[in-house]
Amino acid sequence: MKLIIKGGLVADPVTGKTELLDVVVEDGRVVRLDKPPTGADRTAMVIDATGQVVLPGLIDAHTHLREPGQEHKEDIASGTAAAALGGFTTVAAMANTDPVIDSRTEVEFVLKRAAETGLVNVLPVGAVTKGQKGEELAELGDMAEAGAVAFSDDGQAIANAELMRCALEYAKMFGRPIIDHCQDESLTNEGVMHQGYWSTILGLRGIPAAAEEVQVARDIILAGRTGGRLHLTHLSSAGSLDLLRWAKERGLPVTADVTPHHLSLTDEVVRRLDYDTGTKVNPPFRSQRDLEALRQAVGEGLIDLIATDHAPHHFDDKDVEYNYASFGIVGLETAVGLVVTNLVEPGILDWAGVARLMSLGPARLFGLKAKGRLEAGGDADLTIIDPKAEWTVDPAGFASKGRNTPFGGMVLRGRVTATIVRGRPVVLDGKLVEQ
Amino acid sequence: MALRRKDILTLEDMSVQEMQAILDNASSFKEILGRDIKKVPTLRGKSILTLFYEASTRTRTSFELAGKYLSADTVNIATTTSAIVKGETLKDTAWTVEAMGIDCIVMRHPIAGAPHFLARICQASIVNAGDGMHEHPTQGLLDMFSIAERKGRLKGLKVAIIGDIFHSRVARSNIWGLGKMGADVWLAGPSTLIPPEVERMGETFGSRGGRLRVTCRVEEAIEAADVVMVLRLQLERQKKGLFPSIREYARLFGVDRRRLALAKDDFILMHPGPMNRGVEIASNAADADYSVIIDQVTNGVAVRMAVLYLLLGGGGGEEAVADKGGEVR
Repeated sequence: MKLIIKGGLVADPVTGKTELLDVVVEDGRVVRLDKPPTGADRTAMVIDATGQVVLPGLIDAHTHLREPGQEHKEDIASGTAAAALGGFTTVAAMANTDPVIDSRTEVEFVLKRAAETGLVNVLPVGAVTKGQKGEELAELGDMAEAGAVAFSDDGQAIANAELMRCALEYAKMFGRPIIDHCQDESLTNEGVMHQGYWSTILGLRGIPAAAEEVQVARDIILAGRTGGRLHLTHLSSAGSLDLLRWAKERGLPVTADVTPHHLSLTDEVVRRLDYDTGTKVNPPFRSQRDLEALRQAVGEGLIDLIATDHAPHHFDDKDVEYNYASFGIVGLETAVGLVVTNLVEPGILDWAGVARLMSLGPARLFGLKAKGRLEAGGDADLTIIDPKAEWTVDPAGFASKGRNTPFGGMVLRGRVTATIVRGRPVVLDGKLVEQ
Repeated sequence: MALRRKDILTLEDMSVQEMQAILDNASSFKEILGRDIKKVPTLRGKSILTLFYEASTRTRTSFELAGKYLSADTVNIATTTSAIVKGETLKDTAWTVEAMGIDCIVMRHPIAGAPHFLARICQASIVNAGDGMHEHPTQGLLDMFSIAERKGRLKGLKVAIIGDIFHSRVARSNIWGLGKMGADVWLAGPSTLIPPEVERMGETFGSRGGRLRVTCRVEEAIEAADVVMVLRLQLERQKKGLFPSIREYARLFGVDRRRLALAKDDFILMHPGPMNRGVEIASNAADADYSVIIDQVTNGVAVRMAVLYLLLGGGGGEEAVADKGGEVR
């Protein structure tokens, strides 16, 4: 199948340039990028991208697809449909399923189900420890061989420092990063929101920024000592950014991501939405100072990628008292809107920057050579965005089974109009294509 | 004026006028409590549920009697003998009792924000009788009433709140209420039991509001105070490492006659109860003439009558207040 995307503004994350180019795709690969006008080709399907931005397909390095075991929250079919609508052509599926993805069997199961029911590429992330119990290493080598692109006990922190050291050391043999959700449980202390003025006012237990920072510092030291690749996911505090800067200045093998939601809201939202459990997320929304530091870090290139931490939950999991509600926010279908509204529109990021953080950055994290950039010979994974389109977030209309979001009713700018996976359009005109 | 609101969840969101209306009405209702026959027909035909997810002696009894004195029908759900032990959610419990025609749910719950959740899903009026570490608005109101009764005013008074501020919903409601009414509020306790950035609450008291000061020295807070309010210390906090021992707490932060000598000559001593005698408060202080701890209990009933009346009373706005004048006096 041949496909030409005409007249779009193509953003190149490698050169940082943005120019009007036609993208010619054949048999799932990009054949060439032409200065328009490209000659007519009756055999090709044409997508008119005039006035729109064409990016290398977005990759989400942190998605909870919940399959196997929690299909009432999400499954690979619904999660990848949400991904496609959100402009993601590839998602990394986190390991905290039931059973946990901690051996070859589960890795192969996810790949098989993704092949059967997935609309976009799915990359399994294996657990670092058996059952994510934080006690013994899982079979990282076997999982890497089966297709696990990284290892993470996300949802749980790896509390034991010696185990974390071993994980970094051991994973190094397979060239795979350890993705750590940094949280010192003794400091988290049953907290449910950021510890600060608003937790004081609301009488909710606070999670201090130090709970994250203490473990970020530990992990950075261990990465430096072992040379193992460390990826710090969903950083939320200004203090963590200082530590990350310190690590990068020394050339340590450390990368980091932040989420669109942490780049959009502060802890004040728990008060504004009157204890709405859609605001309950871990790490929690932090202070105004933290939000500004995160945005600045994204702007200056300290942050390597943006990841959604898409965490769908069932209605019942959130329709309870605040402390009883599950942590998590769905992110796939609001990511582009939040990034455009809060980073592109204010001038913090340009489109090449978006491509770097949402496509090239995650591709590099997972060592995906044919993804993350737009060039002849690469995979024809493409995302087309109308940068000016305004839309209102309507959780009831999500393709995800999860509607847990604090962004319902919010007006955002920047909408995904088309998503193309290996040369095949899965979203056109902002709607899923009938398969 | 009547309260033009469905629920009473916090003193943070309550205006000075609303608080004043409750305090004024409470004075009238207190008179009923001294009568031989303590009953007026004001809320006849209204039904009130007390739904307590935590143990309580005075608050639950106080609400129940307040309702009964106003001729409302009051029922009580004890969480240990209800379907709640079978795992029924708060939502289902609330909808179940609402389907039986309950007009008002008075709820105590260990989780902050639980009454807000209830208020969103119920038609019935919700009164927060304490939610986690958040607020206990009727306790704040009864404390303000007790102070105003003795001092004739709230504005300009120095009120010292001593103890575990961090975990105290009583402290938060009093800070909002007293601060907005113009009192100068001092908080004192061990640094581990002072919540982060609590002093910022003082920035929102408004132009007529008082000041908020925070200290770890009990003496500094008590010095020249008009009111000393001692908070209950939950003894199990010590196990979490927040302070080393009950003994050291009593020595450094316990309120006794020696420390109270620093207060104004005509100061009053308060405690929301239940007390740990010999820990946060010495017996010889709690039982002294300046203690109004028992008055607080009586005033609790009067204030809760005022709250229930203004929330449920006929719905006639200004007229409802006027009608009540005739009935009560």
